[in-house]
Amino acid sequence: MATLTEAVRSTPAGSARKRATRTRNDSSRAPATYYWMVWPAVIAFAAFHTLPVVVGIFFSFTNYAGYGAWNFVGLSNYLNLFRDDRVLQAYGFSFLFAIVATILTNAFSLAIALGLNAKIKARNFWRGVYFVPYILAILVIGYVFQFFFSNSLPKILSGIPLFRDNILTSETWAWTAIVALAVWQACAFAIIIYLSGLQTIPAELYEASSLDGASPWRQFRSITFPLIGAFFTINVVLSLKGFLQVFDPIVALTNGGPGTSTESVTLLIFRGGFSGGEFAYQTANAVIFFIVITVVSLFQFRVLQRREADF
Amino acid sequence: MTTMTNTASQLEQDVDAVTADAGRKRRGESDDDTRRTNWWATALIAVCSLTVLIPLYLAVVVALKTPDQLTQGTGFELPNPIRWENFADAWVRTSFPQALLNTAVITVGSVVFTLLTSSIVAYALARNIHRPFFKGVFFYLLAALFIPFPIIMLPLVKQTSILGLDNQAGMIILYTIYGLSLNIFIYTAYIRSIPIELEEAARVDGASTWRIFWSVIFPLLMPMNATVGIITCVWAWNDFIMPLVVLTEPSARTLSLAQYVFQGQFNTDYTVAFASYLMAMAPLLIVYIFSQRWVISGVTRGSIK
Repeated sequence: MATLTEAVRSTPAGSARKRATRTRNDSSRAPATYYWMVWPAVIAFAAFHTLPVVVGIFFSFTNYAGYGAWNFVGLSNYLNLFRDDRVLQAYGFSFLFAIVATILTNAFSLAIALGLNAKIKARNFWRGVYFVPYILAILVIGYVFQFFFSNSLPKILSGIPLFRDNILTSETWAWTAIVALAVWQACAFAIIIYLSGLQTIPAELYEASSLDGASPWRQFRSITFPLIGAFFTINVVLSLKGFLQVFDPIVALTNGGPGTSTESVTLLIFRGGFSGGEFAYQTANAVIFFIVITVVSLFQFRVLQRREADF
Repeated sequence: MTTMTNTASQLEQDVDAVTADAGRKRRGESDDDTRRTNWWATALIAVCSLTVLIPLYLAVVVALKTPDQLTQGTGFELPNPIRWENFADAWVRTSFPQALLNTAVITVGSVVFTLLTSSIVAYALARNIHRPFFKGVFFYLLAALFIPFPIIMLPLVKQTSILGLDNQAGMIILYTIYGLSLNIFIYTAYIRSIPIELEEAARVDGASTWRIFWSVIFPLLMPMNATVGIITCVWAWNDFIMPLVVLTEPSARTLSLAQYVFQGQFNTDYTVAFASYLMAMAPLLIVYIFSQRWVISGVTRGSIK
C-alpha cells in the first residue's frame, strides 16, 4: 500500500539509475557486510513465501485432498474450475462486491476528504474520528454490524419488508450489507490518502480559475480531480485488489450465506481447501485468482495513469 | 508530505462542490488559512461522522445492558440499570487474559523483529541498488506485493505444522517476513534521501558498516520506524485470517480469533458478546486516542512520497 504513489509516478528503475550516478565506486563489489544484511532475509522470504507459492502451484496439477496419496492429473483441476458453478458464482460475487465497494469507497472518501480539507472547526478532531475504523479489527466491529442488521434494523425499519426480515438472510440483498461494512472501514484509509493529495494542490490555481469565472464544479473537474490523479489511481487499485480478496466482513456478517450467495473466492478457497478435501483443486483456484488479480491491477494502472495530470 | 496546518489554505471551491452554495469570499495571499470558517462543511462533516460513531455507541450501550433490556428495545436505548457483570462474564468465558497476552506477544514481537530486520535489509538494498544482485533482490521482494494470500494459505498451513510453527512464535516469524515487501518499499525511498556523505565521514573515521547502520542510519530512520511500527502493529493486532489458518492450539488464540470461536457459544447472549468485543478493541483504541495525530501522520508518511 504505502509509498506506491512513488511507483506510480516514477519507475523504481528510474530512481535506481539516478542513485547509481550519485554513488561512487560503482563497478567495485559491495562490502561483504551488505550481503550478510540481505541473505538471511532472502532465504527466510524464499522459505516462507516463495516456497508455499511453488508448492501450491505444484499441487494444483495433482488430485491431493490435503491428506493421503495423490497422483498427477494434469490440467484437469483448471478445466474443472471453469465448469464449476460454485466457483463461477464466487468470482461473480467477488467482482460485483469489489466493483461496487471500490466505487462507493472512493466516492465517499473523496467527498469527506474535500470536506475535511475545507476550513472547518476542529478539523484535527474530525480527521481523527474518521480514521478510527482503520484501527479496529473488521471482524470484531463486523459482529456489531451483524447485530445491527439482524436485531436493531428489523425493529427500527419494521415498515420495510427487506429490513424487517433481516437483510442478512436475503439471498438477493445480503451482499449490500457486506458492502456497507467493508466500505465503512476502507474509507478511513482512503480519506487520509485523498486528504494528503488535496494538500499538494497550489491555491493559486483556484484563484486564477475563479478569476476566469470557473464554477466550483468546473474547478473540481478541471483542477482538483486531474491533480489528485495519482492518489485516485492508488486508491482505486488498492481498494479493488483488497476488496476482491474479501474475507473478514463476510465471516462476520453472513459466513457466505444464505446458501452460497455471498461466498467470495477467498472464502471458497478457505472452506474447500481446509474442510472440503479439495486442497489441490482450491490451490488451482488460487493460482487462477492470482492471475486474475495481477491482470486486473496492471490493467487499472495502465488505464488510470493515462488520465493523470501533473503540474 | 505537507502538514495539515500550514498548507491548509486550500480550495474552498471544492468545498462548494460538496456543500453546494457555501461562502463566496476569496482568501488572501498569506500562508495562513484566512478563509472564513465554512460552517456548511463543518456541519456536513459532523453529521457524516455519525456513521463512524454510531456503531461504537451501539457496541458500548449493548455491552452494558441486561439481556432483558436488549430484547425489549432496538439496542440503541441507554442501559438502565448498567450491568458491569457482562465484562466479568466475557473475561472468564473467552479466557480474555490468555488471548490478550497472546495478541500482545505476537504484536510486540512482530513490531520489534520487523523494525530490526526490515530496516537493515532496506539499508543494504538502498545503498547498493545499482548492483545487479541487490536490484534483483529488491524486485524479488517487491513482486510479492502482487501475490494474494489465498495462494499461500493452503501450503503454508502444512508447512507451519510440519515445522512446529503453528503457534505464537510462528505468527511473529510470518508477520516479520510477509511485511518485508511493503516495509522495504517504505524504507528504501527514505534511505535514498539520506545524504551518503554522512556515512562516508563515519567510514573515514574507521566505522564498520554495521556500526554506521546502528549509530548513523538507524537513528535517522525514526520517522519511518514509526510508520512501519504502526502499520505492523495494527496489522498483527487485528489480523484474522492468518491466525485462523495457522494457529491450532486453543491456548494460542488471539483476540480476533477468540471472538470468532466464541461467536457460536455466545449464541444470543449478545450483551456478554459485546462486552467481549469491546475488550478486544479497547487496547488499540485507547492507544490511538492518545496518539491520534502521531498515528495518522505516520500512516500518511508511509503512503505518500
